[in-house]
Amino acid sequence: MARGMGSAAMTARADALTARRRLVVQERLIGALLFGCGLVSVLTTIGIVVVLLSQSLGFFGEVSPVEFLTGTRWSPGLSPQSFGILPLVNGTLLIGAGSSIIAIPLGLATAIYLSEYAALRTRRVVKPILEILAGIPTVVYGYFGIMFVTPILRSIFPQTQIFNAASASIVVGIMILPLVSSLSEDALSAVPRSLREAAYGLGATKFEVSTRVVVPAALSGVAASFILAVSRAIGETMAVTIAAGMQPKMSLNLLESIETMTAYIVQVSLGDTPYGSLEYRTIFAVGLMLFLITLAMNLLSQRITRRFREVYE
Amino acid sequence: MSPAPIAPRGGRFEPRIAHRQRVGRVFHGLCLGAVVFGMLSLVVLIVDVSADGLQVLSLDFLTNYASRIPDRAGIRAAILGSLWVMSLVAVIAFPLGVGAAVYLEEYAPKNRLTRLLQTNIANLAGVPSIVYGILGLAVFVRFFALGRSVLAGALTLALLILPVVIIAAQEAVRAVPGSLREASYGLGATRWQTIRHHVLPVAMPGILTGTILALSRAIGETAPLIMIGALTFIAFDPASPLDAFTVLPIQIYNWVSLPRQEFQLLAAGGIVVLLAALLLMNATAILLRNKYRNEL
Repeated sequence: MARGMGSAAMTARADALTARRRLVVQERLIGALLFGCGLVSVLTTIGIVVVLLSQSLGFFGEVSPVEFLTGTRWSPGLSPQSFGILPLVNGTLLIGAGSSIIAIPLGLATAIYLSEYAALRTRRVVKPILEILAGIPTVVYGYFGIMFVTPILRSIFPQTQIFNAASASIVVGIMILPLVSSLSEDALSAVPRSLREAAYGLGATKFEVSTRVVVPAALSGVAASFILAVSRAIGETMAVTIAAGMQPKMSLNLLESIETMTAYIVQVSLGDTPYGSLEYRTIFAVGLMLFLITLAMNLLSQRITRRFREVYE
Repeated sequence: MSPAPIAPRGGRFEPRIAHRQRVGRVFHGLCLGAVVFGMLSLVVLIVDVSADGLQVLSLDFLTNYASRIPDRAGIRAAILGSLWVMSLVAVIAFPLGVGAAVYLEEYAPKNRLTRLLQTNIANLAGVPSIVYGILGLAVFVRFFALGRSVLAGALTLALLILPVVIIAAQEAVRAVPGSLREASYGLGATRWQTIRHHVLPVAMPGILTGTILALSRAIGETAPLIMIGALTFIAFDPASPLDAFTVLPIQIYNWVSLPRQEFQLLAAGGIVVLLAALLLMNATAILLRNKYRNEL
C-alpha cells in the first residue's frame, strides 16, 4: 500500500516533469516560429536586392554602365536601341521638384498653423482630414490630374500638352502634402513651451516666435519630413503614368509630356515585350536605380532625425 | 544657428510693433490659406470624381463584366478580384505581421541583430510599391511559377503591407502595461501563455486598427499588380487562388487610359466604389480604436 502510494506520487511527479518539459519545448518552438515571422522582412529585402542585382548584371553585361548612367537618349524599343537613363531620371526629378514646390511650403505652413495658431480641437479635426489625402489611391490622383487639373492648365497656358509634368506634379504635391504637414507638425509640437515663452518674454510676436524659434528648433524633424516626402514623390507611379505621359525627354518644361522611371517600368510591363529580352531587363536596371535613390533618401532622412535631433527635457 | 537680429544692427532699438504685427497677421493668413488649400483639394477631388462617377453608378454597373461597349460595362470581375486578393492578403500578412511584432517586442534580445531587423523594417516601409511589383514578378510569377494568379498578387501585396502591419502591431503590443505581464508571470505562466492570454487580447484592437489601415493601402495599389500582369480582360468570376484576375484600381486605370469620354465616366464610377470601400475600412478602424481606447 505504502509502496503503491509512493509510486503514484512518483508517477505524478514524472508526469509534471514531462508536462514541464513539453512546455519548455513548446516555448522554444513558438519563439523560433515568431523569429521566423521576423525573418520574412529580411528575406524580402534580400529578395529585392538579389532580383534587382542579378537581372541588372545580365543587362549590364550587354550595355555599358557608363552609357546607362550618362546617355541622354532612352529608346530601348526603337532601333538603334539607346540606353541612357538620364531622360528618365530627368523626368523623375522634375516631378520630385515640381511636387516639392507645392508640398513643402504648403505643408510647412499647414504644420505651423496647426502647431502654433490652431486651437487643440481644430488640430484634432484638421490633421486626420488632411491625412485622408495621403490615403487616396494614386490611380485616383491620376484621374484627377488628367480630368481636372490638365483642363485648367490648358485654359491658362494653351500650349500645355494633354500629358504634362505640371498636372502630375500638382496632384503628387497634394498627395504628399499631409506627409510634410503631419511629420513637421509632430516635430514643431515637440519643441518645449519654455522656448516659446522665453521669446514672448523678450517681446517677440507670434510670427517671430514661429519662424525664428520653433521652426529652427525643430529643423531636423522638418527636414526629415521634406526628404521623406520627396522620396515618396519619386517612387510614385500611377499618378505620373496617367497624367505625365510616356515620353522620355531631357526637358525641364513642365507643360510637356515626360516619362519617369516608374512610368517606364509600367510601360514595359503593359507592352508585349518578351520576358528575358534585353529590353525587358531594362526594368530591373531602372528599378535598381529607383530603389537606390529612394533608399538613399530614406536613410538620409533617418540619419538627420537621429543625428540632429535636439533633445529637450 | 544664430537667429537674425530683430532690430537693425548698430542703430537704436526700434520696436516697430505695428509693422511687426502686420507682418504677423499676413503670415497667419498665409498659414491659414495653406490649411484651406489642403482641405479644399480634398473636397474638390471628391466632388469632381463623384459628379462624374455617380452618372454611371447603377446595379448593372456593379454586376456586369467589363465590356467594349460602355453602356454594358461593369466592375463585377474587378470587385470579386479585389475581394479575393484582399482576403488572401489579410490571411497572409496578419499572422506574419503580428508574429514579427511579438518577436521584436517580447522575445528579441537587445542586440545588433534586433536593431538590424528594426531598421530593415523601417526601410522596407519606404520602398516604392512598384519595386515590390518587380519582386513579385520575378519571385512569385516566374520563380514559383504561380503565373498571373490571385495568389501571386496577394503574396506581392502582403509583402508590401507587412512592414506597416508590423510597425502598427509593435506599437499596440508596446502599449500593453508591464504590470499585466508581471502579474501573469507571478502566477507562474510561461512567456507564451502570458502573451497568448494577456498581452495579445489587450493589444488586439490596436493591432486590428493598424491592419485594417494597412489593408486600405493595399486595396488601392495598382502598380505592383500591373507588374505581375493583372491588367488583362477578365470576364469571369475568379474561383480559385490560381485563377487570373483583375482588381478595381486596375480596371479604373484601364478605363482612364482609353480615349473615349464614356470610358472616363466608367473610371469615375469605379473610383466612387473604390473610395466608398476605403471609407468603410477607415471608419471601421476609427470606430474600433475609439471603442477600445478607454478600456485600459
